[in-house]
This record gives sequence, C-alpha cells and structure tokens, in this order.
Amino acid sequence: MIGVGKIKQYSNVLDKPLAKGKQEVSLSAFAFLFSELVQYNQTQVDNIAELERRLEDAGYAVGARVLELLCHRDKGNRRETRLLGILSFVHSTVWKVLFGKVADSLEKGTEHEDEYMISEKELLVNRFISIPKDMGTFNCGAFVAGIVRGVLDSAGFPAVVTAHFVPMEGQQRPRTTILIKFAEEVLRREARLG
Amino acid sequence: MATTACFIIVSRNDIPIYEAEVGSATKREDAAQLHQFILHAALDIVQDLAWTTSAMFLKAIDRFNDLVVSVYVTAGHTRFMLLHDSRNDDGIKSFFQEVHELYIKILLNPLYLPGSRITSSHFDTKVRGLARKYL
Repeated sequence: MIGVGKIKQYSNVLDKPLAKGKQEVSLSAFAFLFSELVQYNQTQVDNIAELERRLEDAGYAVGARVLELLCHRDKGNRRETRLLGILSFVHSTVWKVLFGKVADSLEKGTEHEDEYMISEKELLVNRFISIPKDMGTFNCGAFVAGIVRGVLDSAGFPAVVTAHFVPMEGQQRPRTTILIKFAEEVLRREARLG
Repeated sequence: MATTACFIIVSRNDIPIYEAEVGSATKREDAAQLHQFILHAALDIVQDLAWTTSAMFLKAIDRFNDLVVSVYVTAGHTRFMLLHDSRNDDGIKSFFQEVHELYIKILLNPLYLPGSRITSSHFDTKVRGLARKYL
C-alpha cells in the first residue's frame, strides 16, 4: 500500500527510546490548556494567595522532571553543584527548552546576598492573559516561578521563588521578574565550598 | 561467576524507593538485611561526596569486608547504590546509566509522585535483565 508507514509499537513506555522527539508544541494549544488550568483552579479557591500557590505547585512538578531530563539529554550527565552554575542553567538551558529563547536577564539582588532575579519582557504564559483590576498583584507567572522552584529544589538549592510585575517607563506592559531567594543552608554550603 | 549484588534507589529525602537483590550467587537469609544496612550506612559518605564533584558516577566510596559500595547520583539527587564484590567498573557504570534512563522515563509520568516507591513490575524486570547483562 502506498504511503503506509509502520511505526514500531511499544508495549510499555519503559521500552520507548528517550529521544529528542518533537521540540515544539503549538502555542495556542498550550495557551488553551493553561487558561483552563487557571480557570479550574479559580473555581477551587477563594483567595488569590491560594490560587498562586496552586499554580506554583503545578509548576513544581514540571520543574523536578525538567531538571532530570535536561541534565541527561543536554548536559551529558553533569550535575550542577554551584549556585551560579544552577542559576545559569535555569536562565539559559531551561528557558531555551521551555520557551524557545534564553531569559532576558539574570541579576543579583543588591540589598540581600541571597536574592537573584530573572527578568523577562513578557512571559510566554502571560501572553494571552490580562489580570482584572480587583485581583491586585496576582501574576500567572506563578506557574513559571513554580517551575524554577522545582528545578532549584530538586538540585539541592531550596529557595522561595515568586513572580512580580515591574512597571517600566516607556512601555505599556510591565516587565515580569522572577525573584529567587535562597535558603540559609545554600549560602552556607556555597561559602564552605569556596 | 557468581556475584553478590544488592541494588537500591534512594530518593532525595533518604527514602528507599526501589530495592533488588540482583546477584547471581545463592541468597542467604540474613544477607539481604546486612546488605541494606551497609548501603544505608554509606549514605552519609555519599551526601558529602556529592557536593565535591559534578560527575554523576562516584566510584567505589565505601568497603565492608570484601564488598564494595558504588554510587551514582542523578541531577535531582536521587542515588543509585550498588553493593557488589566484583571489580567491573565499566560494567557498573553502564548499568547505572541504563537504569538512569529507565528512572527518567518513570519520573516523566505525571502521575508518579517523585520520591514515592517504584511499583512497576516492568521496571523491575528490566532492571534485573540489565543486572544480568552488565554485572
């Protein structure tokens, strides 16, 4: 028969090869799925903090898996043991795989030693979302903050990660900043490793 | 050649999520508990050693009589620990790498809670097959 290809059927997912696969997913499909996720969680909670927490937890599960998969696939089985190493891993590799580009900038906080910021002009997940005035400072980027927290936590760098809108002069839509605040033990271990 | 070998996967929170006696020697009743005890005692050493290197395969890190503990640490700090009496470093490294791929496939399942026990019998079969092949 013309044009019939036989794809090898695998009986169990453990037999399937862990190949690169298709790199890209349709943006509209993702945006639709994400909007449904947000709407579903909105019906389950009665305040904004809880909604942000749920989105973060959803992202956490993604982050834990992304870390293992990317270290195996893209980094040839090298683990990250230093703070700057894991931050640049998140800033370039993770962002590139998830959003197709590296993050706009990675900065160290000036006031506190343990704060770092990843900034993005417009987060992919927020592209089709507008926040109503009565929801105040709620940011759907909490999902991305959850992904970053999942990656950092699984790699052994526990941190509190939050997403904030930062208004910029001359631009209509505010910039989004992911604020990462590392736990005490991370800084102590960094100091110990020298 | 009969080899004794005990393989354990320990999660980030120091909870064993998979255990298997994979040696080809005859199993003694008390040997299994002793093996697990030795592996758990080696966890402290692994903890310190993991932060000093960015490699995943840490070779033999501890000995007990003539048994050697080898460890492989993944990016998410899940430890694969093998207690064995052979000296086949390359075989052990390949074994760890193959099990790592299997582990990632299990982890990618969105319904699998990271850090919980691995109950898939297919996984068990594959790990034992790999052990026979490489060890």
